[in-house]
This record gives sequence, C-alpha cells and structure tokens, in this order.
Amino acid sequence: MSTADSILSARGLGKRYRRRWALTDCTLDIPAGHVTGLVGPNGAGKTTLLNLAAGLLAPTTGTIEVCGGRPAAGPEQLAKVGYVAQDTPTYPGLSVRDHLEFGARLNPRWDAALARNRIDRLGLDPSQKAGRLSGGQRAQLALTLGLAKRPELLLLDEPLASLDPLARREFLQSLMEAVAEHGFSVVLSSHLVADLERVCDHLLVLVDSRVRVTGEVEELLASHRLLTGPRRDPASLPTGQRVVSASSTDVQSTLVVRTEGPILDPAWTVGALTLEDVVLAYLSPAEIGRPTLEVAR
Amino acid sequence: MIWLSWRQLRIQAAAAALGVAVAAIVLAVTGPRIAGLTGNIFDQLTQLDRWLYSAGIVVLAVTPVVLGAFLGAPLVAREVEGGTHRLAWTQSVTRGRWLATKLGLALTTAAVTMGVLALAVTWWADPLDAAQSETRGSLPSRITPVAFDMRGIVPVAYGVFAVALGVAVGAVVRRSLAAMAITLAVYVFVTVAVPIWVRPHLIPPVRQTVALGNDTLDGITMHGDGPNPPTTVTVHTANPADWVLSNQTLDPSGRAIDSLPSWFAQCLPPPPPVAAEKAGQGAASRNSLNACLQRLSDEGYRQQVIYQPASRFWSLQWAETGVFAVASGLLAWLTFWWVRRRLT
Amino acid sequence: MIQFSLDSRSGVSPYLQVVQQVRHAMRLGLLREGDQLPTVKDVVANLAINPNTVLKAYRELERDGLVGARPGVGTFVTRTLTDSSLAAHEPLRRDLLRWLGKARRAGLDDESIEALFASTFRATAEQDIA
Repeated sequence: MSTADSILSARGLGKRYRRRWALTDCTLDIPAGHVTGLVGPNGAGKTTLLNLAAGLLAPTTGTIEVCGGRPAAGPEQLAKVGYVAQDTPTYPGLSVRDHLEFGARLNPRWDAALARNRIDRLGLDPSQKAGRLSGGQRAQLALTLGLAKRPELLLLDEPLASLDPLARREFLQSLMEAVAEHGFSVVLSSHLVADLERVCDHLLVLVDSRVRVTGEVEELLASHRLLTGPRRDPASLPTGQRVVSASSTDVQSTLVVRTEGPILDPAWTVGALTLEDVVLAYLSPAEIGRPTLEVAR
Repeated sequence: MIWLSWRQLRIQAAAAALGVAVAAIVLAVTGPRIAGLTGNIFDQLTQLDRWLYSAGIVVLAVTPVVLGAFLGAPLVAREVEGGTHRLAWTQSVTRGRWLATKLGLALTTAAVTMGVLALAVTWWADPLDAAQSETRGSLPSRITPVAFDMRGIVPVAYGVFAVALGVAVGAVVRRSLAAMAITLAVYVFVTVAVPIWVRPHLIPPVRQTVALGNDTLDGITMHGDGPNPPTTVTVHTANPADWVLSNQTLDPSGRAIDSLPSWFAQCLPPPPPVAAEKAGQGAASRNSLNACLQRLSDEGYRQQVIYQPASRFWSLQWAETGVFAVASGLLAWLTFWWVRRRLT
Repeated sequence: MIQFSLDSRSGVSPYLQVVQQVRHAMRLGLLREGDQLPTVKDVVANLAINPNTVLKAYRELERDGLVGARPGVGTFVTRTLTDSSLAAHEPLRRDLLRWLGKARRAGLDDESIEALFASTFRATAEQDIA
C-alpha cells in the first residue's frame, strides 16, 4: 500500500515513558475511507498510538504521518484530525450549547447545522451542564464535537468502554451514519472485538507494544482457519500455511493458521473462525516464536 | 479562544471585580477626610483610620497570593487534572495559542485588579506615610519595607508575578491543590526575601558618616545587665523618612566596633533603661548625656549610616518592578516551553 | 421500504446477508421493479454496520443485474426475481407438503425433519460449488 492512500502511516514508530516502551518499532499504513479497528489488551499501546496520531504526544523514535502531515504541526493540520479521548472529557461547568460555541470558535471548518441537528436528534437539552449528563450523553456530545469539526480522520479512544449496550448501539449508529454521509476515515480502539466486528472493515491488532497483524476484516476472516486433528508438530505444516497459535493435548493439536489456499491435508478438520477468534489467536503469546508483523497487501 | 478563556475565567474575574469595587468604595468614602487633615496628622487619626490603614496593607499583601492561587495555579493544572486539555488541544488551535490567550487574560486580570487597588490605597494613604508623632508612635515611611510593597506600581508587579508563578507551578505539578500550596509557599518566600536581600542593592545605597550628637541621636541600647554591658547607639538621618539599612559606630581609626567604650556606660542614668527616656528626667542627666556624646565626637568616634534616601522611592519602585517583570517573563517562558514540549 | 436485519452469529458475512435479504425480498414480491432500496445512510443508521459493507452488497447486486444506481437519487430495482420462479412456487409447495406428511407418518419429529433437510441442502449446495 502506498502512503498516498494512507490516512495514517508510521515507520519504526516508538514511544518510551521513562523505562517502559509503550510502542515499539511500529510500521503500519491505515487506508483512507475505511473504519479501522484498533484492538489489543490493556497496556498494549492503543491509547499511545492514538495520542501520537492526534499530536498529544511526540514520538521517541520513528515517524508518524497523518492526513499527509505531521500531527499537530499547525492549525490546518489540527483541523484535519478529530479526536475523542478515553472517558470523553467535557467541561463540566459548560452547558451543551456552550460546548457547541466552543467548537464553533476554535474550529474554522465547524459545521454548526450538523452539530445542532445532532443535538436535537439526540434529545440533549442545550442548557444542561455537561457535568450533569449521563455517560452515554457525554459520549454523544464528545462525538458531536468531533464530527462537526468535519475532520478527514476521526480518532476514537475506547469510546464504548463506559457505555451500556443501548448507548453503545446508539453511538455506533450515529457514527456509521456520519461516515456514510460525509465519507471520512475512522480509527476506533477497543478491547472488545465484538463491538468492532460490525463497524470495522479494517483491523489492526496491537499486543505488547507491537503490531501483530493488520489487514481487511473480510480478508482476515477468509484467510484464517481453525485446524483440529491428531497431534502434530506445528512446524511441519507446508510453507503456505503460517501457524498463528497452537495448543495441544497428548493426542490432539488445535491450530489457528493463516493460509493462502485451501487446506488439502485430510487429517485436519477445518473450521471457520469469528473475528474475535482470529484476534484472540494473535493475542496469545506466539508459541511458534514468531511475534512478527503480518501485513495484508 | 478569547471567548473560551473568558468563559473559564469569568467567575474569578467577577469576584476580583467585586472585591476591588468594595475596597474602592470604602476608600473613596473615607479618603477625602484624611486628605484634609493638617498639622499633627497622627494624633487626629481615629481608631477606624488606623484600622483602615492596616487593612490597606493587608489587602494589598494578600490579593496577589489569592490571585496566584485561584487564578494562576488552576489555569493549566485544572485542565490537565480533568483531562479537558485533550479536548482543547485537538480542536484547531495550537497549544501555544491556547496558553498565550489564557495566560494573557489571567495576567491582564491580575494587573488591572492590583493596579486599581494600589491606586486606591496609595491615594488614600499618601498623606499618612511617615506621619510622626512625638508621643504616640508613628506610621512607616513609604520607602520602608512594609509600606513599599503596598504603594505605587510594585503591587501590580507582585500580582502579575504571583499569577505567572501559579501558572508555571500548575503546569509542572499538574495538580491544582498542590500547585496552590507550592505557589503560596514560594511567593511568601520571595516577598520576604526580596526586601531583605535584593531591594537594598537595587540602587547602591548611600553611605554617610554622621557625627554623634543630640540632634541626630535615635537611641541607645544596652545589651544585657551587669556593671559594663555592651552598648550600641543608633542615629537617624536628616530626613526621617529615609530607609536606614545599617547603623555602625566607627572608632577613631575607622574600624567598626561592636560596642561603645566602657566609660560610656557611666553616662547613662540608672534604670529605667535609657531607650524609654521620658521628658520628665532631670536636666542633669540630659546634660551628662550631651557631654558624653560630645566627648565621643571629640575622641573621633563617628557613626556610619547606610541608607536609601526617601527621594529614591520611585526609582526603587521602577527597579523592583523591572526585576519582577523579568522574573514573570522567565516564568511565562518556562510555562510555554513546558506546555509545548513536555506536557502530554 | 424494506428494512434489513443482521444476524451476527450466523457465520455469514454481513454484506452477503444484505445481498441475500434483498434477493429474498425480491422473490417474495416485497421489492418490485422500480422500487428504491434503502439508502446506505439509512441502513447503517439502523444496523450500525460499516457503510462499505452496504456499498459492497449493492455493487454485487448491481453486477448481477438486479439493481441499478442513479447518482444523487438512490439505488433502484431493475428486474424482478419473481417472474421466472414464482410460477414454480405453487407446485413445489404442494410437493413439500406431501413430503412433510410422509416424514411425519414415518415418525420424524420437528428437529429430525429440520436436520434432515438442512444436511441434504448443505450437501447439494457444496456439490454445486465444488
């Protein structure tokens, strides 16, 4: 993938806090015009990556480019990227209406009609102070601020984490409707894969500060298979099939493999995997000793 | 950005405005009477007047602290504590512009508040500075430490400095409450240290040698009891409103001595101590004191006084304002650097 | 206007589900020639799925010649699926009823009937693909 199509590209990106590396040697390209899910366990580096993309952090090593420019390089660059931080911060003392005024004053491309429309449809009381809103309402307000800015890329850090199922569904409906209407790119992080499965068509898995796999969701689902059969040494598989995770009992082996073509060995029982299964396979420690980057195309 | 800064600031600004308005009204009401006093001003002051005088000093001393703690310290710290900086820095304004607007507005508020207060108090208290009374004490001259901080333009510099300090501490510490406490501590230290160590040297003080005589005598102190206790003498300069920094007796060879020669102790009348000498003492004791002072003079003893003349009041004010302006500038620069480079 | 639903546990990818639901609606006569399909925006607002999914589904339907997109207006049905096969529905339904009667008389309960049908259906479907 050329960097021309990428809305976010990183080369050797690393970030260190005192002695701990939150991100190590990340090289990735996130395509424009897609909703990309950023998955990984807590502490994997998702928030760090998003903060680097938003310009809230500066890299320790490597480079990162967003919408064709360095993050937070200036007002024009800042206008291209929208960001909703974890636990959706809002000014508790300012009302909903004040927040919209805030957005209008601080953003040259502010779409006031969109903002007002959304607030009306969501049923938020404009004079209500943000500190008195429920978690779901605050998340919707924060999303409104991010959307009305009309960015090219919207970054969302665990936006669903503190929402109940109804609020979660409404948030995703809102978000998808906005993407359908305005066509911007989204990078959305979560540690729950089920949330992402509906809305993301591209996936990036971060484990332990490194990128483990990135690719189109359809392609990942099509190319990963669950193999069960009599106990076998995982290294004995043909080269077209890379073992992602393996577990064995004394008589049986269960492997998750990534394969280019069909599995022809009759000894295996082949099963399909859900996206969650695929991600979980990459989250487990690489027993095969290959914790490397898997890039789709 | 100005809208946002003002919106976040307006409660504190309103409180400051209210406080200033109250003070201004009180002073405006009582001021004209004070301005009309003639003659021995001190004796004509009522209890209320004296109380207001002290209140003026206290208000001007405390207001910068309040501004620094409640306006300065939370400016950056509160946003970082609440995570709202992540909201503010991902709109379309850079961190620099964000900080510049907030800081600028806060400093302006501080300067205006202190400016109006200082103006009001200076106007009110001007007739009273250095008012002397023969019998009942006096009020400090305006160039001396306590009054100096509360007159002219120095209070404005203090207010601006306090806020700049608060913002810088808040940005580094990132916790509002801790920042308030640290700002308070540092500010108090600075305002105590400056008059003692810095202000006397802003303009090189004047050294003068004064003859010991009855007209220049300020006081004699005996340190301790016994037959021959060490004794020191202090004199005042021609203008009683001068700020005397040190008083040293020089012996005939020009060396500074800690105590007057031992024979001087006999010149002093027996207890009660001489420092409280009343006019009721006999003429005889006064004559003996004069004779002793004359003898000291004849023998070559002189008094060296180091002081800042009262006429230098405004020069010192500008000099100190300059120092604090530079300090505020450094703190602001530090804040910018910290917020733009180090803060996440 | 028809509405789509998503079964996240069926194992069928979302875009295929959309395609299938459109074809199903067309077969049942719920979508006739000239009817408009729901806009992408409405579908995702309802289902909270990726717009590209819906676009992909509509594109495939367009490739199969079933729908056509009119830029700025929407996506419309260009053919019906009912005419060729609807005629065959009635006799097939009668055959099915007869078969069901036979199965019940043989002693099969509901679950066994469903299992028998499902496994036979899958086997023939896979044969068709292979």
